Order: sequence, then structure tokens, then C-alpha cells
Amino acid sequence: MNKSLMNAKDAELIVKSSVLKRRRKDKRLKFYGRSTIFIALSFLVFLFYSIFEKGIPGFFQYYVTLDVNLDQKRLDPKGDLSHESLYNGDGRGLVLEALYKVIKPKGRKEKKSAKKIISSNADVRIAKMILNDPSILGKTIPITFAVDDDIDSFLRGYIKRDTPESDRRINDKVINFVDILVKENKVIYKFSDYILTGSASRSPEIAGIKGALIGSILTLVVCFFLSFPLGVATAVYLEGFAPKNKITEIIEININNLAAVPSVVFGILGLAIFIGVFGMPRSIPLIGGMVLAIMTLPTIIISSRAAISAVPPSIKDAAYGVGASKLQTLMHHVIPLAIPGMLTGTIIGMARALGETAPLLMIGMVAFIVDIPNSIQEPATVLPVQIFMWADFAERMFINKTSSATIILLVFLILMNAIAVFLRNKLERRW
Amino acid sequence: MYKNLFAFTFLTILMNVSLAHSRDYISIAGSSTVLPFATIIAETFGKDPTVKTPVVESGGSSVGKKGVCEGIGTKYIDIGNASSRMKTKELAFCNKNKVKLTEIKVGYDGIVVANSKKGTLLEISKADLGKALTAKIPVNGKWVDNPYKKWSDINPSLPNLPIRVYGPPTTSGTRASYAEMVNQKGYCAKDKVAKAASKARGDKKGKKCRAMRTDGAFIEAGEQDNLIVQKLQEDPKAYGIFGFSYLDQNSDTLQGAVISKTAPTFENIAGNNYSVSRALYFYVKHAHIGVVPNIDKYMEKWVQNWDGDGILADAGMIPMPKAERAKYAKAMKDLPVLTADMLKK
Repeated sequence: MNKSLMNAKDAELIVKSSVLKRRRKDKRLKFYGRSTIFIALSFLVFLFYSIFEKGIPGFFQYYVTLDVNLDQKRLDPKGDLSHESLYNGDGRGLVLEALYKVIKPKGRKEKKSAKKIISSNADVRIAKMILNDPSILGKTIPITFAVDDDIDSFLRGYIKRDTPESDRRINDKVINFVDILVKENKVIYKFSDYILTGSASRSPEIAGIKGALIGSILTLVVCFFLSFPLGVATAVYLEGFAPKNKITEIIEININNLAAVPSVVFGILGLAIFIGVFGMPRSIPLIGGMVLAIMTLPTIIISSRAAISAVPPSIKDAAYGVGASKLQTLMHHVIPLAIPGMLTGTIIGMARALGETAPLLMIGMVAFIVDIPNSIQEPATVLPVQIFMWADFAERMFINKTSSATIILLVFLILMNAIAVFLRNKLERRW
Repeated sequence: MYKNLFAFTFLTILMNVSLAHSRDYISIAGSSTVLPFATIIAETFGKDPTVKTPVVESGGSSVGKKGVCEGIGTKYIDIGNASSRMKTKELAFCNKNKVKLTEIKVGYDGIVVANSKKGTLLEISKADLGKALTAKIPVNGKWVDNPYKKWSDINPSLPNLPIRVYGPPTTSGTRASYAEMVNQKGYCAKDKVAKAASKARGDKKGKKCRAMRTDGAFIEAGEQDNLIVQKLQEDPKAYGIFGFSYLDQNSDTLQGAVISKTAPTFENIAGNNYSVSRALYFYVKHAHIGVVPNIDKYMEKWVQNWDGDGILADAGMIPMPKAERAKYAKAMKDLPVLTADMLKK
């Protein structure tokens, strides 16, 4: 057992070299960490750049201003200013007459090409203006109309003048007319009043996200009012009342597993139960909200439980000590202190629900829906679905609109996360 | 206590919805190729303030044909869109559920093989095109994995470029139609060698040829045709398979391959000269006409817009010849019940 000690100098050398080695390892690890963050950040920057580069122009579009003679008889044949009468009126004809006055087309063929310039939505615009202010009837006033998507693409330079005529979506005549309009200072480029207030449309120049946005809000409201009380109640029961036995354990394991189930599965469940068994109609936000509520429940339960168990036991003990019942302890002390954590979890869950399309596919909310929903029982779609559909349409102007809608969705997601952070900072207490 | 109350209100809401419900808008689902055209009609139709705009869902031809056959009642769709015709098997599912349908053909869609204008225009026979992308081809009487690496390996007159074609995935109706028209009918049922070899393996019609190559020559690019268009614009050496409307919208940057001496132009497809085209259909359920309001008016909107000058042609749909248009406009009024015999024709 006689082990000779190493001499001091040798020991020092060994230690020194190993220290150097360890420090080098440290540095390398730091370098790896930094480079992964750098890579992740550069992906993010690239993503944002490509979205914003395409999306910002999507918020703007070209308009043409025309002096339209609002002839009462032709716009409102019945004379009662009803929707129906205005729909039957000849708004389009009046707009085209105003256009012909500026560009002076010769013959039927030229007139036919000139028709392509103004968006097909022009008559709807006039009808809306008249409903707002019937006194404009009978006057000649300047009105701005969106130009057709092909003309818009031409003015943006996506359709080039020097491509042979046969390969262009618009012919030389139309380009000639557009040149006249530009020369007369009739064409303006301004913030689109359709992107935020228009609903789904196959004409890209008038397509907007309003319908989808309202659909998203309605769906999320349903989702919140179902999942928050259910989730919090479940969490409170499991943390405060549930006996520690096999059944509770099984329930807990299942809740944790549910959080990892692919979201489309919840859509199948919704299809089978809500539509199949209860016979509810397809495509409505009520079902969408219920499906998303089931999907977000595990997230809310898990985060609420974490928030409740994070309340220091000393507070509970103190409450019990002065003779409070279990219910009183929970209601007066534990839940108020756990609320910030519960809300954070809920908002994060909601933000995830806002971006979901897969579970909605099964219940018919991935659809082309023009009418703006007024209640949770009218067909609606949601923002991510709108983005998905726009990305697939062939018309070129939809490329920019797709990115614009993505920006809007991102703004909402960031807003929701900011609220979560704000609430946490504001309400959270530290011990 | 409040949990009970909650469950009670929840159930009440559910019951109210299902009881009070009668749908006042038309519900449509199906083919993503028909979707752009169906949505245009739906939107035009919905401009009338007295009607509600129909809801058009996507999902693919099989969803359209199956969904419309699932049953009678407002929780099922009224109209199913499809870019391939109903099969007798699918009709049997309908009959089982006592659903009576009328088949309406609305127009045609060409499938194009296109590439960037900066690249070489492909002028190819249908058989050679089939040879390029069919998974297994006969060599000396044996079926082997497709050996062709370059277009010029198939036929010296073709470009000296590697075969690289982007196309839709198996779930797509476009892919199914392409495989049937080019691989099967254009190649295995036409090409002498392939025909004999197909017969030898007991596959007279060449149905086994429908499989596309999986060795990287044919690349699945997802359901989004816009994605293929973007890839082609960036890579002039690649080719892509998609619907005619996407070529039409991008005619300044893309060119469609000339297949069997016919270029994929609007006139050629409409005149039935371009051979890779298929018909678009919708199937309307009899029991819902009159129950869900305005289905007849919706069909009328198709008739008003499906000619050569209409908004549908402008969006890239190829109109039917006049006689056929008249035939299906009449069918919308008479509503002949679709039978298995009609499908065999």
C-alpha cells in the first residue's frame, strides 16, 4: 500500500495542460452555441425579408380615377335604393362610359379590350357609395376604382412591355390605353382599401382578409370560452382534490400524451362527433372552435397545473392554519396567485390555435367563403386557410397578397404573445 | 355545481344548433382543379343580394365524388366537383346510400409539360414522353427500372439534358390523368415493344405503366402548382407538369412542350387536337335540389359563363364544343339519373 506521491512539478504540469484543454473545450462549446444561434437568426432574417419584400407591395395597389355620371335611372331602376335594385342597375356600363371618354376607343374590338382595364368590382363600389350617401345620385363625380389584376401586374413591371404580344396576358391595345390613362394622371398607386376590408374573392385586386379574420376571431372566442374554464377546472381538480391513485395517474398520462397528438386527429374527431353524431352543419366557427378547444385543452391543463403547483405551500398552509376549507384556500389564495401562469398558457395555446389549418380541413373550414360571417353559426374560414388558398391560385397578384396576409397573421401572433408576456410581468409575484 | 351548469349549457347549445339548423347556402366540395372555376361561379352568383354565396371546399376529386354520395340531409354536401369521371365502384357507393345524381360536364383542362423560356423547348412524341417517366420499361422483353438519364438517350432529336420533371403527388387528379393518358395510353398501349411486353405480362391495357419514376427523374413537388411554376422559372433545365391555367397565367416566362406535334394552346385544347386533356365535372344530388335553395340558379350561372368569351375561359378553363354545352345545359333541367350504363359509354 505504499504509493509514492507524484512530484509537485509534474503534477502542476499535468494540471496546467488539462486546464488548457478544458478551457479550449469550453471555448469550442461557446463557439458552437453562438454559431447555431447565428444560423437560426439568419434563417429568421431571411424568412422575414422574403415575407416583407413580397408582402409590403401587397398592401398597395393601382387605382384609376374616373369622372362617373351617376345617372339615377340606370343605377337604381326601381328607384327605392334597395340592394336588389342597385344590383340590377347598370353601374358597370356607367363606369365603362367614363373610361371610354378618357381613352377614346374606336370600334367594338377596342372597346372590348378596354373593358379589361377596370376591376369587375366597380359596380359594387358605386352601389356601396350610393347606399352611404344617396345624395350623390344624378351628379358627376370622380371615383377611384381598382384596376384589373393583369393591368396591376403590368404597372408593377411583372408583365413586361417587350415580351411578344402573344405571350402576354394583355395585348398592345390595352397597354396603349393604360399609357393614355397614365399620361392623363388618372392612375394612382396607394394603400389598398381591399386587403383589410375585402372578403375572399377570385379577382385578386379586390380580395381581402376581412372574412377570414372575423372567422378567426369567432373561432378563437368559441375556443377560449370552452377551453379556458374546462382546462382550469380540470387543473384545479387534479392539483387540489384528486386522490393519488391509478385512475388519476392514467388520466394524467393521457393528458400529457394528448398534447403531442397531431392536430389533424382532432379534426377527424370533430367530424365524427360534432358533424356525424350531433348532425351539426359543416364549415361553421362553432365547430371549429370546439375542435380547437379540444386541441388546446392539454396545453392549458398542463400550464395551469404548473402554475398552481408553483404557488408556495406556505401560503396554503397558512390558509389551512387559520381554518380555511379546501375550497376557500383554492378560491381565495391559490387560484388568484396562479392566474398569471394560467393565462399565459392559455394565450400561448390560443396563438397555436390561430395558426392551425389541419384540424379545420376535416370539418369543412378550409373552403372558399365569400360572405362575411355574422355569427358562430354561419360558414367561415380562418386566416391561415386564406393564406393557403391564395398561395395556390394561379393569378400572379395573389403572390403578393399571400405574403401580405402572412404579415397580418404574424402581427396577430406577436400581439397575442406580447399580451401573454405583459400579463405575466404585470401580475406575476415573486417570493 | 358550476361544472354541471356548464355541461348543461354546452349541451343546450349543441342541441339548438342541430335542431334549428336548415342550411340556406349551397355546400360544394371536391377537385382542386375544378375549385378555381367553381369559386369564380360561386362568387359571381353571390353578388346577387337575394342569394347566399355557396361554400366551396377543396379536397380532391375523390372527396367530391365520395362526399356527395355519403347520404341525404343538409349535413352532407350538395354538389361534388371532380376532374376525373365517376367510376362504377364509386356510383355503387352512391346507390348504397340511395343518393341519386346527375352528372354535369363543365369544360376541359389541359395538362401541360412546361419549362422556362430560357430553356430548350421540348418537342416530343407522346410515346417518348411516356418512356421518359414510366417507372419500369421493357428491355429485351424484360421489365426493368427506367434506365434513361437524359432526354437524348430516348431519342437523339431531344435535348441533351438530364430528365428532371416536377409534378404533382399521388393524391392529385392531375397526376392520375397524366399517368393514364401519357404513360398508359400514349406509351404502353401504343409503342410496339411496350405493347407486346405488356401483353406478355398479362396487362393488355397497360395499366401497370401508370406508376411514375421514383429515382429522381420525376420529382413530386406537392399539390401547389404555383410552387412548380416558381421552380421552373429559377431552373431552366427542369420541366414541370401542371394544369393549363398556370401556363396561361405565366405565358411570358414559361413555354409548354409540343406533344405529338401539337402545342398546348387554348385553341388546340378546345379543338381537341392536344391529346393530354381531361374533362371537368360536377355531380349534383337530386334530393337537395329545392331543399337547399338556389341550386338550380347556381347551375344556370355555369351555363351563362362557360363559353369561349366567359370569365371561366379567361381563367384558363377550356370550353366544351357548342353541342356538348347544349347537352349539359339540358341535363341541368331534365336531371337524368346517373346510372352505371351511362358511365360505360
